[in-house]
Amino acid sequence: MEATEIAKKVLSGEMSARSVIEQHIEIINKIEPDVNAFNLVTAEQALIDADEIDSKIASGETLGPLAGVPISVKDNLCTRGIETTCSSKILEGWKPPYDATVIEKLREAGAIIMGKTNLDEFAMGSSTENSAFGPTRNPHNLERVPGGSSGGSAAAVAAGFSPLALGSDTGGSIRQPAALCGVVGVKPTYGRVSRYGLVAFASSLDQIGPFANTVSDAALTLEVISGHDPRDSTSIPEKPLDISGVLNQGIEGMRIGVIEELSGKGLGGISKDVISRVEEAIKVFSNAGADVESASVPASIYGLSAYYVIAPAEASSNLSRYDGIRFGPRTEAATTAETMTATRTKGFGDEVKRRIMLGTYALSAGYYDAYYGKSQRVRTLIMNDFAKAYEKFDILISPTSPTTAFPLGDKTEDPMQMYLQDVCTIPSNLTGHPAMSVPFGSGEDGMPVGIQILAPAMAEREMFQAAKILESESGKDIE
Amino acid sequence: MDSWETVIGLEVHAELATKTKMFSSALNSFGGKPNSNTDPVSLGLPGSLPVLNEKAVELAIRVGLALNCEVQKSVFARKNYFYPDMPKAYQISQFDLPINKEGWLELSDGRRIGIERAHLEEDTGKITHVGGGGRIHEASYSLIDYNRSGVPLIEIVGAPDLRGPDEARDYVSELRSILVTIGASDGKMEEGSLRVDCNVSVRQKGDKELGTRCEIKNINSLRSLGRAIEYEAKRQIEIIESGQKIEQQTRHWDEAEGRTHKLRSKEEAFDYRYFPEPDLVPIEPSEEWVKEIADSLPPLPRDRRYLLAETIGVEPTETSLIVQRDLDGFALKAISFKANKKRVLVHLENNLADGTGELTPEAFASLTVMEMNGELTATQTKTVLAELVRAGGDPQEIAESHGFESMDNSELEEIVDRIILENSDDWVVFINGDETERKKKSGFFVGLIMKETRGQADGKMVNQILSDKAKN
Repeated sequence: MEATEIAKKVLSGEMSARSVIEQHIEIINKIEPDVNAFNLVTAEQALIDADEIDSKIASGETLGPLAGVPISVKDNLCTRGIETTCSSKILEGWKPPYDATVIEKLREAGAIIMGKTNLDEFAMGSSTENSAFGPTRNPHNLERVPGGSSGGSAAAVAAGFSPLALGSDTGGSIRQPAALCGVVGVKPTYGRVSRYGLVAFASSLDQIGPFANTVSDAALTLEVISGHDPRDSTSIPEKPLDISGVLNQGIEGMRIGVIEELSGKGLGGISKDVISRVEEAIKVFSNAGADVESASVPASIYGLSAYYVIAPAEASSNLSRYDGIRFGPRTEAATTAETMTATRTKGFGDEVKRRIMLGTYALSAGYYDAYYGKSQRVRTLIMNDFAKAYEKFDILISPTSPTTAFPLGDKTEDPMQMYLQDVCTIPSNLTGHPAMSVPFGSGEDGMPVGIQILAPAMAEREMFQAAKILESESGKDIE
Repeated sequence: MDSWETVIGLEVHAELATKTKMFSSALNSFGGKPNSNTDPVSLGLPGSLPVLNEKAVELAIRVGLALNCEVQKSVFARKNYFYPDMPKAYQISQFDLPINKEGWLELSDGRRIGIERAHLEEDTGKITHVGGGGRIHEASYSLIDYNRSGVPLIEIVGAPDLRGPDEARDYVSELRSILVTIGASDGKMEEGSLRVDCNVSVRQKGDKELGTRCEIKNINSLRSLGRAIEYEAKRQIEIIESGQKIEQQTRHWDEAEGRTHKLRSKEEAFDYRYFPEPDLVPIEPSEEWVKEIADSLPPLPRDRRYLLAETIGVEPTETSLIVQRDLDGFALKAISFKANKKRVLVHLENNLADGTGELTPEAFASLTVMEMNGELTATQTKTVLAELVRAGGDPQEIAESHGFESMDNSELEEIVDRIILENSDDWVVFINGDETERKKKSGFFVGLIMKETRGQADGKMVNQILSDKAKN
């Protein structure tokens, strides 16, 4: 059932929040052992929260737009008193003394948290195989990965554990798993959603966003979590978004560009069936009255290279605080420095260590200009090229991921192959622009394909209008 | 030794007097129960984010303006290093774009010392090593208090323009006085709100190139600053004179032992991997705001020295002590009541070091006039002044109650004659002796005459009469 429908029924008294939660717990109990979408299921607390919603409804209190709606949240979002691990041993057992702003907003809107979802450790990865607590599996095919790093959230929605989920997207970590799991995933404009309480990976790129089965559910969730937050200095001073009101206005006359560099003509490695879906999407948009043309964003192909300097550089600094001194498990050694080293050696997984080393190197005296400085200049080039493209187009499209979901273990030995999964999604993180993935048919292997819709900063509404058209025409059975 | 010159550049950290911390709403206050003034931000908890305290920016701009700096658009940077007192393992500081750049500070002798920059940064927590005499290597365990973590600091980086311990002390006194005057910091070195790191190098007088420097840390008072510089300069000169080279080092001042010892060499220095802080946006203070802050600045010590000097008609160097004692306002008020300007200067410098007490500017003014009119001798003036400071009152009445009346000259001359007669042998020595003997006997006669007149004679007049009589 859609989130909007659940909320309507709970608010009208047609359904109790308790029954909603009980139904979802039942599904979790049945399928979760195979999928492993959660690090922690908070079923007991969810039932308590549901009863509270029900008693508020009984006493006639006004409730928010997500009243009684189950939601799963990525385990890098701080939840007061509830373990927040980032799927890392280094944070095992850590219970934050505060809620992330998005968690507060969800609670105010009446949403009920079902649990903390699995991720690649500290959101570093594209398959959720880098989790210290075991991989999550794709509900469409348990031998395939769900994508990552928000693989747990994407799988939770795809498996019906909750109609909504929150993830975080630093280089595609919402959009790529959404594509691989056949759900809608949105990365809003940088600053649209407060990062307060999101455990940082790469601060200038991280952004929280929703997963949902439908475009309208994703829109509603984004409305709830967006808006200015004085606790995040990079938060945009704007009111929460209103997308639902304009969602069905259509795309008549909208100018849509197909990024040729990311759709098979520039970069190799994009599979034929994915390209075919992009071509079909172009037809859908044209038929809906949009003006679709090929668009060139030349610098977009350098996104991956710039990203793998900037993101690890920021991560190397952000992850320095995990030293076993103030929180998290500590591995004691002879001196303070040795204790820190031992704690970090034991606590971090290989991919996290790889990125810390990359980033530390890139920021070192004598190398800063050649790596970090140069990457920031590339980032500016990419922004300029997108700005040029948006002079001609209202939105842009591309595949979300070069391939459909791949088998577990397929890319774990080759980090470069894994990094290439994010080649289409990374540019939007570097520019700070919004982008989303909409499920659109499937590949030859029967696995879902996602189309990525990109928009200029603050243009979420246009992006969602196009997404709505794509969704309505995808021929997929939408519930 | 005389051919050597000591070159000093100081880095002063001052805690800014804000109510809350630099990036969170935890309180900025000294002396609380350990770890009571903390929150997720000052503990560097995962997911916490810094939000800049506007008051800290305002105070930093005040400091910049008071130090004649250019206030510019600035950017925060992360300074990365692992240390347990640093909860995030990076300090939010400013690197290539500090909020204030290129200013100067004027020493009390009027010499200008360059200020390279004055930037904002956050303070660290405080570690106490327990056991082993408080040293990290021998300690059995360490305690960390994060109350200080995130307290706003301004780091004022001075140019290597200072030339010795006295100038260095004068620089810090002047800087401290400026910070306190403009309300930026309480300037308490003993509580650590003002901390001084000192770069010392030596070179031959006349050399243009700077010598290799060493940075000295752990200086906790003006006295240690002077001692540390003296010690360090001597150490460096000895090394060079023995034919060796100075190694660039960070050194620790040991107050008890009175020496510096090596903390780390340049090779062991941290690579801080500075990069722009992505959690904060650049600070771009508007011209209007900066102007508003400039207009709200109180008169600075330097301005006050100049104003008082100009009013009295002396050089500003002569008024610096009075300004340091914060007595210049009192002086100006007394002068507005027609006090004798020079006597105001003399008394404030020599006789009012402990403050003015119950003395009013009006009473002070009439006292200086009485003194100049010869109604009171210098000694009597001092007595009356002390009384005024203690209990206040009218100088005329106090003088009368002490029976202070100026003697007329004929009366004085009679007394002088009588004393000469009674001490004729000494008088002969006074007239015919060499310079030293003359001086000695002069003191002898003045003493006797003063005793005889119970201090009512004017010292100057006594000397005059004595020398007149010696000539005849």
